[in-house]
Amino acid sequence: MTDALACRPTPGYARWRAWKSKGMTVLLGLCAIAVAAPLFLVIYFLVHEGASALDWSFFTQLPKPTGEAGGGMAHAIVGTLVLLAMAACVGVPVGVMGGIYLAEYGSDRTSYWTRFAADVLNGVPSIVWGMVAWAMLVVPFKTFSAYAGGVALGLMMIPLVMRTTEEVLILVPQSYREAALALGIERWKIVLVIVVKTAMKGIVTGVLVALARVAGETAPLLFTALGNNFWSGNLSEPIAALPLQIFSYAISPYDDWHRQAWAGALVLMLLILSLNLLVRFLSRGKSTT
Amino acid sequence: MDDPITRSLPPGAPAAQSLPADEGPAFEVQDFSLWYGPRQALIDVSIRIAARRVTAIIGPSGCGKSTFLRALNRMHELTPGTKIVGSLKLFGDDLYGPGVDPAYVRRRVGMVFQKSNPFPTMSIAENVTVGMRLNGVRDRAFLKQRLEESLQMAALWDEVKDSLSRPGISLSGGQQQRLCIARALAVQPEVLLMDEPCSALDPIATAKVEELIQSLRERYTVVIVTHNMQQAARCSDQTAFFYLGKLVEFGDTRNIFMNPSNPQTEAYVSGRFG
Repeated sequence: MTDALACRPTPGYARWRAWKSKGMTVLLGLCAIAVAAPLFLVIYFLVHEGASALDWSFFTQLPKPTGEAGGGMAHAIVGTLVLLAMAACVGVPVGVMGGIYLAEYGSDRTSYWTRFAADVLNGVPSIVWGMVAWAMLVVPFKTFSAYAGGVALGLMMIPLVMRTTEEVLILVPQSYREAALALGIERWKIVLVIVVKTAMKGIVTGVLVALARVAGETAPLLFTALGNNFWSGNLSEPIAALPLQIFSYAISPYDDWHRQAWAGALVLMLLILSLNLLVRFLSRGKSTT
Repeated sequence: MDDPITRSLPPGAPAAQSLPADEGPAFEVQDFSLWYGPRQALIDVSIRIAARRVTAIIGPSGCGKSTFLRALNRMHELTPGTKIVGSLKLFGDDLYGPGVDPAYVRRRVGMVFQKSNPFPTMSIAENVTVGMRLNGVRDRAFLKQRLEESLQMAALWDEVKDSLSRPGISLSGGQQQRLCIARALAVQPEVLLMDEPCSALDPIATAKVEELIQSLRERYTVVIVTHNMQQAARCSDQTAFFYLGKLVEFGDTRNIFMNPSNPQTEAYVSGRFG
């Protein structure tokens, strides 16, 4: 070991190091801004362009015929909510039960392959889900329908819900399962009443995240739900949805429709944002369990 | 055999000062061996554990004492790849016989764990009654009565009777462990297994649980695994010393500690190894 003083940097080297440290800090700060800026830009543009078209009639009225001013997207807002409800009916039971299987029952091998399949499905482009629902429900019944749209979104939700359910179930300490087993309780009751109940908040969070994810999807609805311009009470007929309405208005040549498309995008984003805020709210106290 | 869940307790049985009469063995274990995969954890264990007595199991870490305890209510089966040979009977019934449901075995043989584990989503009352409710007991008056009896037996009633609807995890560590004991007693097992129940507790809470173990002897057979030899000496009637998967010595606690016949036991209880 040499003299300790020999390790002390020269004044020039110390300055170079301080300068380098500052430079890197600035670079990291710029990267952080680059990540966050688009979000604020999107919000800014949506509010700037859409807020003016956002009035009471936007939420209560149907679109007016071309060339007439006013009108709204009430049918598309309701349509999106209907589609989300149907998606939840498909995606939540299958996803949650699949997650329970993975966490509680699956052998190493079956779990591995199911998990692998779910991860692959999570990466499948959303338009492929639309094609699947189209082939399953549109072609055989010879009509676009709300059912097909709901199923397309629901299929997308399954792997998402399944993986998050599995993850939160695995977090439930083994000691609770042991305690319940030692009381002579059957396995399925333990899973339902002890394990799932303990992880309930996490499961609900996972479902909401999945809903927020599919709420903004356009591609799976293009040739399933199709969209329309009026109230549709029949689920076996095409139904409107916000993303579809935004899409068709945005590619139209009319200024008024462009403004409405902005407003629709603003409403859709607020819907997704509120779902995400709900998730934040629910997962606040999660570490206590 | 009548169902241990629905069989009612003699209400308010008087506290017996002396040891209850010898009723013969609760557990009869004959040439019992257990493997975790290729590793043998228990080697030819034969032991008769007396009913309505407190039996302590002592031995250094890894000697198989916890494994043996978990084999008494088939909890070891949660570990994949275990295999057993030999016979293990509770009051004459083969617990490993063909068609015997492990859930039924565990209803007769309850267990308390090293770390207290009340169910976090349940209140104090729900924690105690959950075993009965999930085993099909619906009668509210019965549940309420058993709730009080179990908490009384676990010496917790006076501390929680006004806060039964508070979450179980809001209690202190020692109270949580007594809550777990009440929960195990509520389903009226014939035997209570305790796996180092005091190792996470402070001395005062430990004293309370030890006192409780003494009082349980009137109605239950208790088997307790402990690292703490003073504890074994204080609160057990009989002691079994395990070493390297074998039962080395078994007898009255006084004899094991004062006059052990095996040199290994002598070395362990006098603190020279382990």
